[in-house]
Amino acid sequence: MRSKVMAVFALALGGVTFSVPLLAHHGTAAFENEKKITLKGTVAEWLWSNPHCLLQVDVKGDDGKVVRWVGETQNPVSMTNVGWSKAAIKAGDDVTVVMLPVKNGMPLGRLVSVALPNGKTLISGEGASREERDKLEQEVHQAK
Amino acid sequence: MTNAGAFSKVLSRLRVLRKVLVLALIVSSATLVRGNGPQAPAVHAAKDQKSAAANAQKAAPAAAPRHDLSGTWEPANGPSEGIQPDGVKAMPNDGKPEHQLPYTPYGLQTYKSHHALFGPDENLPEFNNDPRDKCEPLGFPRMDFYNLRETQILQNEYKVALLYEYGTAWRVIWTDGRPLPKLVDGGVMIGNEVKEPRYYGYSVGKWVDDTTLVVQTTGMMAEDRVWLDTAGRPISDQVRVEERIHRVDHDHLEWTVTIDDPKMYTKPWIAMNKFPMKLEDPHRDVMEQYCSLSEMENYNKVFASPASAPGGQAPKH
Repeated sequence: MRSKVMAVFALALGGVTFSVPLLAHHGTAAFENEKKITLKGTVAEWLWSNPHCLLQVDVKGDDGKVVRWVGETQNPVSMTNVGWSKAAIKAGDDVTVVMLPVKNGMPLGRLVSVALPNGKTLISGEGASREERDKLEQEVHQAK
Repeated sequence: MTNAGAFSKVLSRLRVLRKVLVLALIVSSATLVRGNGPQAPAVHAAKDQKSAAANAQKAAPAAAPRHDLSGTWEPANGPSEGIQPDGVKAMPNDGKPEHQLPYTPYGLQTYKSHHALFGPDENLPEFNNDPRDKCEPLGFPRMDFYNLRETQILQNEYKVALLYEYGTAWRVIWTDGRPLPKLVDGGVMIGNEVKEPRYYGYSVGKWVDDTTLVVQTTGMMAEDRVWLDTAGRPISDQVRVEERIHRVDHDHLEWTVTIDDPKMYTKPWIAMNKFPMKLEDPHRDVMEQYCSLSEMENYNKVFASPASAPGGQAPKH
């Protein structure tokens, strides 16, 4: 069932995050690096691909209009290192995502996290410090 | 002897043979693990052995074996350490005076013609002209300076082969005593033949002590085909690269790379300084990390292009 949704905008509420660009593929010129938004919606597609994986989520606004947001992550190798997988997200999943949006107002952003229907939350390491990401990688490594 | 008796005797011999084979297999497996893996017990073993392995890992590793780099290696300070998005590890393009490279006028001009996505001169994706984003081969030495991740090293008495994770690319370093080819117009001279430039050049290696292989590489593609790093620094077809790969102990390597390119830089400089790698479980199955043009086009269409527009800014130089 398509989730009933509101787009919760937590603009800059979390204060300043010392975000480090961890990207292999592009810089940070196009992105807000200190502004996070939270969206609830339904997964249209989870594409496990290079140079970045892409999560497309349909989000219904207060006006009933559905907007398709696209969140990018790192490449499959880097995402595997932080515990993500091709099989972890499925089309039709109702999810809550946190993103660092692009500056130009398009419905696009870097994915910070995805809360899944099974109660698990996948953390990408975007918007986190290098130390936080290292810790995440170590935890995933040790859990294997 | 009856047929039944003969059959029983054969069966009995087969049982003995099976026991011998199983024993041999166990011994050879143990030898393999000792030879190629970290000094801790293989992580591949059952999970209840994990804590024992963790304790053993705290113990000092054994000494490095002589003239042997073989194994699966990963950046010792975490998998992100070798990505080097801001340029080569020892000299990132971060605008700091101490990281300014000794460009020749032509080197600076070539750098300015490269519109990288990173560094103080970073560009929006639509203005980027990194050959990487057309899935061109990265070439050497950029293989060492971009997405240096899990790297498998295999060797025999003639050569050392490096199997990089990114691009499923590999290099062969000859250790059979052949000389480094000489640079000539149009490529390199090998014997009486002029051979073509290569993306990954021509490499020869020499053991300078028991645990250090020094590799010289030359004969790479010209500057319109390859970049030195992801910050858009250049190399030319005149570059000569020296790598010192030192096995510090059984479980650790240090990798140092020096760039000598008189066309682009006024003097040699160190691009990677004792970059640490650690030995992985020999059973580790390394993932693919590839560049697919169709996936790249889809990514640009769905994400990079709309993320850049409207109001994108033209390259700064």
